[in-house]
Amino acid sequence: MYKIVKKEVLNQAVILMDVEAPYVSARCEAGQFVIVRLGEDGERIPLTIADFDREKNTVTIVFQTVGYSTKQMGKLEVGDGFDDFVGPLGKPAPFEKWDRVVGIAGGVGAAPLYPQLKKLSEQGVRCDVIIGGRSAEFVILAEKFKEFCENVYIMTDDGSLGEKGFGVDKLKELVANGEKYDHAIAIGPLIMMKFVVLATKEMNLPTAVSLNPIMIDGTGMCGGCRVTVGGETKFACVDGPDFDGFLVDFDECMKRQTFFKEEEHECMMKMGE
Amino acid sequence: MPNMSLTKVPMPQQEPDVRNKNFEEVATGYTAEMAIEEATRCLNCKHKPCVTGCPVNVPIPDFIEHVAAGEFEKAYEVITSENALPAICGRVCPQENQCEGKCVRGIKGEAVSIGRLERFVADYHMANGLKKNPDIEKNGIKVAVVGSGPAGITCAGELAKKGYDVTIFEALHKAGGVLSYGIPEFRLPKSLVAKELENVTDLGVDLETNVVVGRSITVDDLFEKGYQAVFLGTGAGLPNFLRIPGENLLGVYSANEFLTRVNLMKGYKKGEVPTPVKVGKKVAVVGAGNVAMDAARTAKRLGAEEVYIIY
Repeated sequence: MYKIVKKEVLNQAVILMDVEAPYVSARCEAGQFVIVRLGEDGERIPLTIADFDREKNTVTIVFQTVGYSTKQMGKLEVGDGFDDFVGPLGKPAPFEKWDRVVGIAGGVGAAPLYPQLKKLSEQGVRCDVIIGGRSAEFVILAEKFKEFCENVYIMTDDGSLGEKGFGVDKLKELVANGEKYDHAIAIGPLIMMKFVVLATKEMNLPTAVSLNPIMIDGTGMCGGCRVTVGGETKFACVDGPDFDGFLVDFDECMKRQTFFKEEEHECMMKMGE
Repeated sequence: MPNMSLTKVPMPQQEPDVRNKNFEEVATGYTAEMAIEEATRCLNCKHKPCVTGCPVNVPIPDFIEHVAAGEFEKAYEVITSENALPAICGRVCPQENQCEGKCVRGIKGEAVSIGRLERFVADYHMANGLKKNPDIEKNGIKVAVVGSGPAGITCAGELAKKGYDVTIFEALHKAGGVLSYGIPEFRLPKSLVAKELENVTDLGVDLETNVVVGRSITVDDLFEKGYQAVFLGTGAGLPNFLRIPGENLLGVYSANEFLTRVNLMKGYKKGEVPTPVKVGKKVAVVGAGNVAMDAARTAKRLGAEEVYIIY
């Protein structure tokens, strides 16, 4: 069993947990992911690593309770655990020698963005972050980003926190006002990443995105996580999960994400409470 | 005088129109009488061509002789002197190309049904035999086996018998490799896979699941931790697609994904497990090997009305 040593409810739909997983914590890097499983007959849920502590042997996961399995996961408390917790999977985020990077997070995407910007700032890169959410409640981890980001901009759809609007609007405004970045990292819902990339293409600002498609094993065996990148089929689990946003076929990703929608709904109706 | 029947004793099996709706094993196995009758078809050839066709050199005529004499436990001992997984091999080995492909009886008529006999002996032992573990003199040498599929389990079992301290590292949450995620329940019940695996862990082999060697730990790390040898039984790797337009459309699966959903993730128990599987009404399976047949048969059982093998 992989024990939960900390649980924090970030908002009504998002939960953070620190889980003891020595193999993962010893070797994981920003950008990589784990697969967790609740118990017998449970689904394998891929989650991008939100943080880790090599000394305490813990890995931080942040997840949204959207489906049957994640809702079950949300019921776990400190002292409970997962039957399975495997990783680190995927490649570490590909970092280069940048001077100034802007991160754009949408909703729960702030969690996987956090270790990337943290690592970059440790390497001396100046980082700004734009955190977007539906409303104040859905803006997560802002205080943690303030520890190392030069500027933390908050955007909400309804204006209940920070400014009203989307993260991409803020980015456009910053760049129009003369801010210079040499790289962007966008993590969030597919539709948000798609629009960020449309904007950054115009700005000629290279942008990495992190994908989290449907997958099973996470080691390249099943091929379920296929994404088209630059016209080629890639497996997000072993070729990613981070890709050059300019090359990703987001429309295909969005279609593939919906494949089991009916079945997921049916499962919630039959097995959910 | 051997039994000169040109045909194998038929294997009892579920009726086609019944089995295409369930995931129970298709072939239900020989009775003792059937096994003895089939065993008497063996000519006990001096040059043993069947053994040359067996990748692990099971002394086939010897075990069949015991079966013919009704000495099923002795037959089991003979098989397991060379093969740690008889219940599995008896079911899913391609005998027609291996042992049975070389059988003299196959020249005129059907080969001796070596696979069915191996299966019978293994099943008989599981149901009736006593578990006895050989006395193993440990040599204190640590060996790591990467992957718990048929290669890894066999390697681990053989090394353990020779006295090595073996640890198997498995990336998935469940051991068995392709035996667990790939081959469907109706061809290889998972309870059997678990029992065969238990035979190996009973020899003192340790099994660690959820470890992706190369990611969770490297081969160098393993050597540093005192393992003196590492066996890589990592399987076939990434699935190959056809590189044709539309292969990322919804409804296109690799066989690995489809079968893993159904087998490892138990998608065949619809409504009882959260794993989704979608088959549709009309299914095309591209390919015609064992995996294609597994996929086609699985699709049929999950309710597809028409299933086509395209080759």
